[in-house]
Amino acid sequence: MTLLDLVIFLPLAAFLLILFLPKEHVDGIRRFSLVASLAIFVASLGLIGPYWFGNPGKYVFETDLPWVNSPAIRYHVAIDGISLWLVLLTTLLTPLCVLVSWKSVQKRVKEFFAFLLLLEFGLIGVFCAFDLFLFFVFWEVSLVPMYFLIGVWGHERRIYAAVKFFVYTMAGSMLMLVGITYLYNQAGTFDYAKIMAGLQNGSIAPTYQEQLWLFLAFFIAFAIKVPLFPLHTWLPDAHVEAPTAGSVMLASVMLKMGTYGLLRFCVPMFPVAARNCSGWIVTLAIIGIIYGALVAMVQPNMKKLVAYSSVSHLGFVVLGIFSFTQQGFDGAVYQMLNHGVSTGALFIMVGFLYDRRHSLEIDAYGGVATPLPKLATVFMITMLASIGLPMLNNFVGEFLVLQGTALVNFWWASFAAIGVILSACYMLWLYQRVFFGKASAEVSLLKDLDLREYAISVPLIILMVWMGTFTQSFIPSISTSTAVILGPVDAKRDVHVHNALPASLHAQQSALAKEPVDAR
Amino acid sequence: MPANFAPTAIDYLRILPEILMIITGTLIMVLEPLIGGNKRNAFSSVTLVGFIAALVAAVAANDYPGLSFSNMLIVDGFATYFRVLVIGVGIFTVLSSAQYLRREHAASAEYYALLLFSVAGQCVMATANELIMIFIGLEISSIATYILAGYLRDDKRNNEAALKYFLLGSFATAFLLYGIAWIYGTTGSTNLGEIRSFLMNGGGARNLTLAGTAAALMFVGFAFKVSAAPFQIWAPDVYQGAPAPVTLFMSAGPKAAAFAVFMRVFIVAFGPITNRWEPFVWSSALLTMVIGNFAALLQTNIKRLMAYSSIAHAGYVMVAIAAHNQVGVAAAMFYLAAYAFMNIGAFAVITHFSRQGEKYVNVEDLAGLGWKQPVTAALFSIFLLSLIGVPLTGGFFGKFYIFKAALDANLVWLSILGLLNSAVAAYYYLRILVVMYMHEPGESTLTLEPLSPGIRTTLWAAALGTLILGIFPSLLLNFAANSSSLGK
Repeated sequence: MTLLDLVIFLPLAAFLLILFLPKEHVDGIRRFSLVASLAIFVASLGLIGPYWFGNPGKYVFETDLPWVNSPAIRYHVAIDGISLWLVLLTTLLTPLCVLVSWKSVQKRVKEFFAFLLLLEFGLIGVFCAFDLFLFFVFWEVSLVPMYFLIGVWGHERRIYAAVKFFVYTMAGSMLMLVGITYLYNQAGTFDYAKIMAGLQNGSIAPTYQEQLWLFLAFFIAFAIKVPLFPLHTWLPDAHVEAPTAGSVMLASVMLKMGTYGLLRFCVPMFPVAARNCSGWIVTLAIIGIIYGALVAMVQPNMKKLVAYSSVSHLGFVVLGIFSFTQQGFDGAVYQMLNHGVSTGALFIMVGFLYDRRHSLEIDAYGGVATPLPKLATVFMITMLASIGLPMLNNFVGEFLVLQGTALVNFWWASFAAIGVILSACYMLWLYQRVFFGKASAEVSLLKDLDLREYAISVPLIILMVWMGTFTQSFIPSISTSTAVILGPVDAKRDVHVHNALPASLHAQQSALAKEPVDAR
Repeated sequence: MPANFAPTAIDYLRILPEILMIITGTLIMVLEPLIGGNKRNAFSSVTLVGFIAALVAAVAANDYPGLSFSNMLIVDGFATYFRVLVIGVGIFTVLSSAQYLRREHAASAEYYALLLFSVAGQCVMATANELIMIFIGLEISSIATYILAGYLRDDKRNNEAALKYFLLGSFATAFLLYGIAWIYGTTGSTNLGEIRSFLMNGGGARNLTLAGTAAALMFVGFAFKVSAAPFQIWAPDVYQGAPAPVTLFMSAGPKAAAFAVFMRVFIVAFGPITNRWEPFVWSSALLTMVIGNFAALLQTNIKRLMAYSSIAHAGYVMVAIAAHNQVGVAAAMFYLAAYAFMNIGAFAVITHFSRQGEKYVNVEDLAGLGWKQPVTAALFSIFLLSLIGVPLTGGFFGKFYIFKAALDANLVWLSILGLLNSAVAAYYYLRILVVMYMHEPGESTLTLEPLSPGIRTTLWAAALGTLILGIFPSLLLNFAANSSSLGK
């Protein structure tokens, strides 16, 4: 049993324990959830070890045990440089979500925290599963708690949003299940590493037609989750209606399941199909970037605004992935993390405002900076991070994506860059309308951040600055792993690339990019 | 070859479960007039003992596999599997019925006797190796079930259900019998193995056409019993009208037994003419899934909703039969067990909730159950999630094996359409979850009494079964896979 198994199963254990706590002891349940989720976070920090202090191989913390013997389903988990950070993002945000919900969730407290921990279990599992079937199991398991979080603790139209969310995702998942099973019938295994090896050495050789269909089966499932325009319509509903913690987990982590799936499975397994489809996928991503930003601009509801900004930001991630360049891949992964931190923070702060004023309408605010200077400050930093101000996290990701895209097609990058400009427009305008101006009578009575809320905001602010300045803490481990994925994808482009080793990485990249990669 | 009419001891051992159940049933009927009115609760205990003895006998008989009674019966893994399954359904039905019958002032011996006879008939179906035995088993099971459907004879809906079930059922059985006559006329035999070898050796195009027609006629009979489209019309009315515990029974037991003979006849006897029957099983499977799932979307009565859900699930099993390979048979076997668990659980909750006169059987009535009786609602949620096909439940693995078998048989479109259907299905199961957890409790929920011991046992056992099949499917799947060859 490795540390990773511990990190995966601790949330499940905590979930089961909560079920046995008496439901009257709401404070005990809150404290227990906080301690448990913090313990999981601390344990997960140990996963960084090999990446910062050691010399990791392709995958670390690998466990491979049989689960079902026929068909051969295995409990095969491991992490690489991509999974590592997504797992950490999950384990970091869960305790923050516990804190966020400390006061705002007053009814059915026990069930709320139980579902939150079950959600953490599913999400961590998704990012670590290296068996396609196991991946699917975790993928579906994470769906159920989120459905309840939205449906029970959400706002007015919560039920509609919850059902829409569930059915949309389910439809996609079913296509993916057909794809996974079809692949199994060809390969005789669900194991990701074996399938990848088989596809590369030709022992598994689906025809091009089959590859295309398989690619689409996986792609639609992931595109719904991302969500890629025009499959995004469930997202604004789910985000707006979910309770703050639900919005945070949904935006910060669950959407990454889609982009992670694209990067881990869709693109490397079916590189030829992915390349052939990249034209229209990139087009959809760019439409999403611009459309999301434009729609965000006209929203009267703060949560809806942030939700549409997610559509826009996630478009960058898809764009980076389908540029098939090292920079694009690195930027996409980095942008997944950035979006997780900064959009998560935005949802949390909108939640702070909602807790005070009980309204999500921008019109209900104005002049908030006067009575709440501290909130105004942290909101400002988060907003600037979201816009992509240099020295803050999003800038790095967006830059890498745009650079990677520009190497392939300069026009794609130019159109996508419009999204960056628009993001400044809608964010600054939001900030201006909410925080500046004259405070109304109701607003001027509001209280500023307390200690709990500080404890939630400060770690995120630190991360934004850290990720914007000391990128070396993150990027090398990401690059090592994205290069492994890029290898076979590039091989299919008749560009000769050796299976990437960390040492030869930079030389290889600059050969590819024909320019020094100084962004990192 | 002269048949040997002197059965051996092993022959009796092989049919011991049926003997035990018939004896218990008869005994109860005889004893009823002799026992005072206040001791009638004892009948359920006696029935339980009878079922458990039969269960033990069925398991023991598995150690003596082979043909008996002049090749009329066969005991093999497949037969044992279905015998255990239907007897298990019988046990759960008894556990869920006691409180219901007391509530309706209808506790009597014949209910339990009919239940025992019906299950005995299903066991005969599971072990039958020739068409006449299949017909006899089917009739024993069906006639008992017709009466059970109308058991509360003062209730209008019960009468309607029984009458519909009986009339349409007789009609369907006539088709089956006609098919049997055709096949006897064509091949000169009613033994499944002999029919198979006759068809294997060709016998000319005319004979194959005749056999194909016979297969179509018998398909009508079986499709009716498993409520597959286009012969599913009776199911919603009967499921809705029949007493809730009887619906629990009908949706799991007779259906599993009917699928058992369906598979035995079509895979063994009609195996050589697969190309003739595969298209109509294929289209019936698709039609069944679509009709079941889409009609269920519109239902407000939960029994009717579950009836359509049961139709849809029959469609999934039909997909496995359409795959007509060994994996498909194993998948169908596994699925029927998983389906029995989750469906029994769901109907046990409905039985518990319905109250006297089945006053509360609308989906809306369940409002707030999640907060009034959290354990009941949580167990119900497990069954519903399993019906949707969420991983870590038996329903998911069952569905997965079925569609894997279909993909093995290159039924790609059927798989895609079937799985998309289950995304549609998610909607109406979720509606029940929505009502239970996201609506405020109303009068129907607030007046709910605690679970009766029998239903509590059923719920926990069914939930445990659903989860075990979802987390360790190998336990059952290995057995199913080993007995899915059907001794071809």
